[in-house]
Amino acid sequence: MKWGLPKITVWRTIFAAILLSGLYATYLRLMYGLGGSTNLSDQFPWGIWVGFDVMCGVALAAGGFTLVAMVHIFNIEQYKPVLRPAILTAFLGYLLVVVGLMFDLGRPYRVWHPLVMWNPHSVMFEVGWCVTLYTTVLFLEFLPMVFEQFGWHKPLEWIHKISVPLMILGVLLSTLHQSSLGSLFLIVPEKLYPLWYTPILPLLFWVSAIAVGLAMTIFESWHSSRAFGRALELPLLASLGRVLAVVMSVYLWIRWLDMSHRHVFNLLTLNRTETWLFGLEIALMVVPTVLLYQAKVRLSPGALYACAVMVVFGIMTNRMNVGITGMEAGSGTHYIPKWSELAVTLSIVAVGFAVFHFVAQNFPVFEAHGEETVLEEQEETEGDSVAV
Amino acid sequence: MPKAILYDSTLCIGCKACESGCAERWGLPYNDKIASEEKISAHKLTAVETHGERFSRRLCMNCLQPACVSVCPVGALQKTALGPVTYDGEKCMGCRYCMQACPFQVPTYEWEKRLPLVRKCDMCSERQHHGKQTACADACPVGATINGDRDSLVAEARSRIAKEPGKYYDRIYGLAEVGGTSVLYLSAVPFEQIGLRTNVPMEALPETTWRVLELVPDVVSTGTVLLGGIWWITNRRAEVAKKEGRRK
Repeated sequence: MKWGLPKITVWRTIFAAILLSGLYATYLRLMYGLGGSTNLSDQFPWGIWVGFDVMCGVALAAGGFTLVAMVHIFNIEQYKPVLRPAILTAFLGYLLVVVGLMFDLGRPYRVWHPLVMWNPHSVMFEVGWCVTLYTTVLFLEFLPMVFEQFGWHKPLEWIHKISVPLMILGVLLSTLHQSSLGSLFLIVPEKLYPLWYTPILPLLFWVSAIAVGLAMTIFESWHSSRAFGRALELPLLASLGRVLAVVMSVYLWIRWLDMSHRHVFNLLTLNRTETWLFGLEIALMVVPTVLLYQAKVRLSPGALYACAVMVVFGIMTNRMNVGITGMEAGSGTHYIPKWSELAVTLSIVAVGFAVFHFVAQNFPVFEAHGEETVLEEQEETEGDSVAV
Repeated sequence: MPKAILYDSTLCIGCKACESGCAERWGLPYNDKIASEEKISAHKLTAVETHGERFSRRLCMNCLQPACVSVCPVGALQKTALGPVTYDGEKCMGCRYCMQACPFQVPTYEWEKRLPLVRKCDMCSERQHHGKQTACADACPVGATINGDRDSLVAEARSRIAKEPGKYYDRIYGLAEVGGTSVLYLSAVPFEQIGLRTNVPMEALPETTWRVLELVPDVVSTGTVLLGGIWWITNRRAEVAKKEGRRK
């Protein structure tokens, strides 16, 4: 501090250590290619940069479309206070997914190729298009926070005019590619372990994305209330917890039905890694779902937060089970990520937290008053055309 | 007329002439060390495997409806009318979905390079166009690998089994696997004993994802109407509620 340095805290030290290791791993990735920086192989071409950075990243960003649909399309106004943090999370999430992709692609400078060289039969082609378009939509949905901060009213009005089609487009694009991340694995029926391979993977991915979007919203509200000393919107979050319980119940019920139709319950008697990781995944989903049905859990900030965290980890476990664990036996190999893969992934997560903190501190993320006044004004002027 | 390769493992003597012919055609180095590697990789696009006293060959199956072609987001992989599945390195961005999707784990990657490409056998595409045999068929001294029209090779395989039923396992690998492949195998023993994957589905794999992808226009159009409609209803309800509230 003598030299004007920021105060050294435990978290900042960890953050710096992660970033340093990430930088060194980036150097390895650039100089020695994927062979020198990952444990990937011809038998196992996708590791945690796909299984975590892309698949979990996109899922955790699902709060953006879930909350937009609830607030602006279903017009449930009460959730408005958590809409902006959800959009910010989604926007950052997608940007970081693209960063992760840059590490993973063999020739990242050709990332734009799918936009020009079409193959509509490819799920990856669809994901590429949707992620590009949706990141643009999220950017536009995020812009009002910037315009308000600097008091630019003209562009603010302009963006309000296109907001409804924009939001519908966003929800559709999300639906498509959240489910498509599941469809990616439909092509490997003989490789993906039967506990996870099902023709309804896209449906399961979509429903669980909605759930994890809600859970992330609770998660980030809790954290930001602590970080910025805000009051927690507890009644609102409790009611989100109720929605989360219902969505998770629907999800778990579909999975139960799917597994019983496919007659795969007998696999659970095998003492294999897959069985245990499947058990972990399901436990992390069932426990919070059951707990969230109790009012006293929903109304206790700590318990509600713990439930949201369990759902987040449960669905991350699901994504990594589909993308990594479930693919090992069928590929006839084992995959343990190299330290440099972990370092890059952790750095991306750390940067995500840091940028979120910065934006939340400097832009009107947690108070949406500006937007409301503008809308109110519009209604004043246009209101009389409404026939009652 | 689509071309194919018939590999009869009962005739193979494990001399690896196909490997060196293949390396030559691709301009890849070939020496004793590489010859001793019994798996395909970015520097060895076909490999002779030893299974006890039997031999088997690995190469791209050049499927009739290839998973790799259907999953490639940039269309770098193409199934040609003549049979070969070709790869255009100029388009490839390196997502490696083809490697993940291939039921035979054929496409390999230049992991050690800074700007890598996928490598795989393409059934000597340009040689096929000129009416020439594949390099491996050309090199084979005993006729274990032959190259020709798929239909006549299937007939040839059937007649070999019919003539010497005791010598052959009574099936042709590649006839129906993943909807049929352009590389066909004959063997004395069940195919898993010579290292072939027998758990692959008998249906063409691109169908599994297309079933979902073909719904995209439906989802988009229905979704637009549904979401737009819901917005219209809920928004109006809110407007009406506000208006009524104001008049009271």
